Amino acid sequence: MHIPDGFIDLPTSAAFAAASAVAVAGAVKGARRQLSEQSAPLAGLTAVFIFAVQMLNFPVAAGTSGHLIGAALAMVLVGPYAATLALVVVLIIQAFLFADGGLTALGLSIFNMAVISVWVSFAVFMLLKKILPKTKSWLVVATFISALISVPAAAVGFVIQYAIGANATFSVGAVLNAMVGTHILIGIGEAIITALTVSAVLASRSDLVFGWDKKNTTLEIRS
Amino acid sequence: MKISNRKFYASALLISALLAGGASFYASSSPDGLEKVAEDVGFIETAEDHTFGDFTLSDYGIAGLENARLSVGFAGLIGVVATALVAMGLFMLIRKKAPSKNQ
Repeated sequence: MHIPDGFIDLPTSAAFAAASAVAVAGAVKGARRQLSEQSAPLAGLTAVFIFAVQMLNFPVAAGTSGHLIGAALAMVLVGPYAATLALVVVLIIQAFLFADGGLTALGLSIFNMAVISVWVSFAVFMLLKKILPKTKSWLVVATFISALISVPAAAVGFVIQYAIGANATFSVGAVLNAMVGTHILIGIGEAIITALTVSAVLASRSDLVFGWDKKNTTLEIRS
Repeated sequence: MKISNRKFYASALLISALLAGGASFYASSSPDGLEKVAEDVGFIETAEDHTFGDFTLSDYGIAGLENARLSVGFAGLIGVVATALVAMGLFMLIRKKAPSKNQ
């Protein structure tokens, strides 16, 4: 969902770039509080893993592919603040080194994938954690659902940007239908990859997982 | 089941390198969701060429390298290293420092 230059006009792009800058500044502040000596390397590795998996486009329907965004994955592993920053790093590297995602559109893409996707999945995840039993299996279920929703959420972000400042005149309704439909399918792939990855980290190093309450973990430590 | 920090970090890096450097060759080359929607609805025509479209690494390939597998693989590995340097640098810079022992 990397937006090329030209889809959205410059004033709208500039406004979302400003909004993204504010969100990123907030994320730096938040991450400063949340990141410990232990979790900082994990946040870096999460960005690396997301970059790698974003290269793996999978087919979702005839002639359409999708790839992981990684917002929910990073949110569960390292918390929403560091997740926003990890996604920003990945998006900047893709735009500047690999010509993936336009430069004037970078603020739009950051807003959708590093802000909306991360924070919507965080809200869904926290809500599910409250109502679901506190076991690792249910945590993976909460992860799956948050990841699934995070993708159409980012798609809706694009539709809002399209509605405000598209350089084309096609109806917003048509764009909304097509974007949400396609990205629910991509969201299923996102959810599967995210759930598998979080399960692997929970199995090997649950103590590093932000979304897994350490209180539960202490019960499992055998000395 | 718990594995050491070192082993965990090394595995994560290795898996990322294998995915970006090897598996990426098998990725679908169909347009992604947004691109497909833009084609179907019609606003794909408003897309402009990327500022760095002629850059050596644009579209995840090494310009001039004929072998597609090597081209995308090397580009992927460069991306992994670049992301690691930038992300590690950033997160090490902003993390909470452990309180020093004499405090």
